[in-house]
Amino acid sequence: MHDSTLEQLKRSGRIVVVGASLAGLRAAETLREKGFTGTLTMIGDEPHQPYDRPPLSKQVLLGRSPAEHTALPRRRDIDAEWRLGSAATGLDMAARRVRLADGDEVPYDRLLIATGVRARPWPHPAEAELDGVFVLRTRDDGAALARRMADGPRRVLVIGAGFTGSEIASACRERRLDVTVAERGDAPLVGALGGVVGAVAAELQRENGVDLRTGVMVTGLEGDSAGRVRCAHLSDGSTIEAEIVVVSLGATRNTEWLAGSGLGAGPRGIACDAGCRAFDIRGIVTDDIYVAGDVARSPHPLFGYQFLSLEHWGNAVSQAETAAHNMLSESTERRPHIWVPAFWSTQFGVNIKSVGVPSMGTEIVISQGSRAERRFTGVYGYQGRVIGAVTFDNARWLPFYEKLIETTAPFPPTFDNVDRRPEGRQAMPADFPDPSVPTHGPTVTLSGYSPADRRMTFTPGR
Amino acid sequence: MTESDSILRRIIDHKNRANPYPLYAELRETPVYHDADGPYVISHYYDILSLLHDPRVSSDARNLASTANDPLAGSEQEEPAALPPGFLRLDPPEHDRLRRITNRPFGPPHSPRRVDGMRGELDEIVKDLIDGITDPDNVDLVEQVSYPFPVTVICRLLGVPREDEARFHVWADTLAASLDPAPGDDLEERNQVTQAARMELGMYLAGLIEERHKNPKDDMLSQLAAGYGQDETMTTMELLSTSALLLIAGHETTVNLITNGMLTLLRHPEYLEKLREDPGLAAPLVEELLRYEPPVQLVPQRSTLADIEVHGVTIPKGSSLWLVLAAGNRDPQRFPDPDRFDPYRKDIEHLGLGSGIHSCFGAPLARLEAQLALSELARRLENPRLLEDPPPYRQNAVLRGPRHLHVACDGIRA
Repeated sequence: MHDSTLEQLKRSGRIVVVGASLAGLRAAETLREKGFTGTLTMIGDEPHQPYDRPPLSKQVLLGRSPAEHTALPRRRDIDAEWRLGSAATGLDMAARRVRLADGDEVPYDRLLIATGVRARPWPHPAEAELDGVFVLRTRDDGAALARRMADGPRRVLVIGAGFTGSEIASACRERRLDVTVAERGDAPLVGALGGVVGAVAAELQRENGVDLRTGVMVTGLEGDSAGRVRCAHLSDGSTIEAEIVVVSLGATRNTEWLAGSGLGAGPRGIACDAGCRAFDIRGIVTDDIYVAGDVARSPHPLFGYQFLSLEHWGNAVSQAETAAHNMLSESTERRPHIWVPAFWSTQFGVNIKSVGVPSMGTEIVISQGSRAERRFTGVYGYQGRVIGAVTFDNARWLPFYEKLIETTAPFPPTFDNVDRRPEGRQAMPADFPDPSVPTHGPTVTLSGYSPADRRMTFTPGR
Repeated sequence: MTESDSILRRIIDHKNRANPYPLYAELRETPVYHDADGPYVISHYYDILSLLHDPRVSSDARNLASTANDPLAGSEQEEPAALPPGFLRLDPPEHDRLRRITNRPFGPPHSPRRVDGMRGELDEIVKDLIDGITDPDNVDLVEQVSYPFPVTVICRLLGVPREDEARFHVWADTLAASLDPAPGDDLEERNQVTQAARMELGMYLAGLIEERHKNPKDDMLSQLAAGYGQDETMTTMELLSTSALLLIAGHETTVNLITNGMLTLLRHPEYLEKLREDPGLAAPLVEELLRYEPPVQLVPQRSTLADIEVHGVTIPKGSSLWLVLAAGNRDPQRFPDPDRFDPYRKDIEHLGLGSGIHSCFGAPLARLEAQLALSELARRLENPRLLEDPPPYRQNAVLRGPRHLHVACDGIRA
């Protein structure tokens, strides 16, 4: 692009952001920060101004904060044209136009896609319709679930013990509600952190009074004559009576609206280069379409150029800033998005944080503290290097481990350090589930070859 | 000592106390400064930050291999009868346990409003002190405000009778001085004096705690003594050393923060005026002060548990490490125009309160005290000016601050 064209874009161009959540908002703010004075259009399928999601499974469910009070703080005025409550339904790459559900079309010179993910619904539509069956992703989900929890149900069933499911179970216990958690894997959080750490999470849940069932699947939900959910059937033959069922089976990427557009978008997200430029279906990078946040899949140099899609709050912010910067920059001025993945959760009074990609790890060392005390640091190793780390109530040390990951430090670490216990001198298998066997995540399988005709199928228990 | 290590001597030398910043700039030219068997001295922002989060760095003096040529050595050897070290000088897991128990009556999640709930009380204390200024022509702000204020506050918070201040002031002074190598002093003798002060302070606190066991009140000593209804409790000795730590830390740092703050504002009267117009400026202003004139200039009590590479230099296991926070705070690689005092600075993640597991325990209280004191002084002192610049400084190189700050003003506003 010639300098003058770029200057013109900055001055009077049209930039459209599809997705009015964290990544979309931060990108818009960055665009204005960088001097973009043209037209900025924000498209969002929900009627709300951008809001924050982490509180939904924590403060909101605890009744400490109403769901409406989670608006994202603004860094600056973005002077945008808001198209809220109307989803984008199509993209014409050649004509550079986004189609909206209301039939309108919005032209762009640069497009940023930040449509994120949505909760994976219960796979049987009729059962998913039952009154009392919830997912938790949006503000409306959070408000509805919190309202129902405040009514004091006799029992809540949470299907899936990933981070969201575990946080919901924690909120239930804090509200003194009886809760059952059904998890296909052998332990909570096992997909993200492996079995060694998962076992600690399982203890934590049981000690806090959660009726945790692992290695089981929910095979069906049953309602009463009034259409209210009444119970769930489990693959081990048991039945759980519950007035609320929260389906917490991970997320689906919002890319369907791009089907047939020619963009490299599919169920696994939208592939992009490290500079956030989207690939088209032929694997060729586009010049005018950028992606950021949960919906993006980008290659990470630190992790063997694997295409990672990260459902992480900090990643959404950082990727949005990078995308916005690059949209307004000459090719030599563009920056890569090389954020080291980081993640946090709070459950059962414990602060859990991770950096790197623990799930790539094959081995783990408890380098500080002890699992018995629920205060420890676990370091994950992959092919002789440190690839990830997790802390339970020990987060202040995390920057050190992040640096180990960034500098591909050898695994297992052999040096002495504070709070290293005898049990933590030995590496052990991290015990991640066999990726070929579905757990809470891969209860959905993919078929098809090209991203556009990749299809997702729900796979019931074997 | 060779010629090249004289910079450490110069930093410690009292005659450079008023303005050590050019020395810190010189120090930064050698990011890992080390001479003979002296300490390894770290002065760059990012190096300090990462060492504060490095689990291979210990705060426990018992891990120090040798202190032979450490200019601050001498305060390290403990006698068996002395109090055990406070959590400031311990590593996890002991550190974590003691700090956690101590935090229960002090901060979230158990006592989320403790500090903010003291706002009204603090405001009143500061107002009373300023009301007590009788001679506007010559006010010693140290004697009249910035010393008595935090001392009164820490006494109330802990439940230590303010009347006993004169007694423990002497012990606190002795213990603070033990951090500093007064050149020419007999180390052996000073050690004995230090240990004696620790013991006397310990005995004094033991009496108070015994009293609180019998008659609990709404103060931290009572809550710590009662174990605050948790399964984890401290031993009596741990309780004593923790209380001593809080009392002394509450004594010796905020004083300097407030005094350095007034000194800086008097040198930059435009900001004093702005603070007077807008008390809301107090919060960012105190953050900038913690960067620009941190009350704790350096952390000299760390040691390495393993070989650590910093800036291309391998610091061997067992070395003594000095982290010069005040030098990191003025590192031009981190802060643009670092020698400029600018309360409107946006990116201000300073090292003034440390970082990592030992980051200042009393930070929320210190911040509030400094914000209230500075905005109240700015509001009420009419046309204040410095009578002596630079003012006389205390001996201490670690806990640096003026001994007196003489100011004249046209009057005290109501």
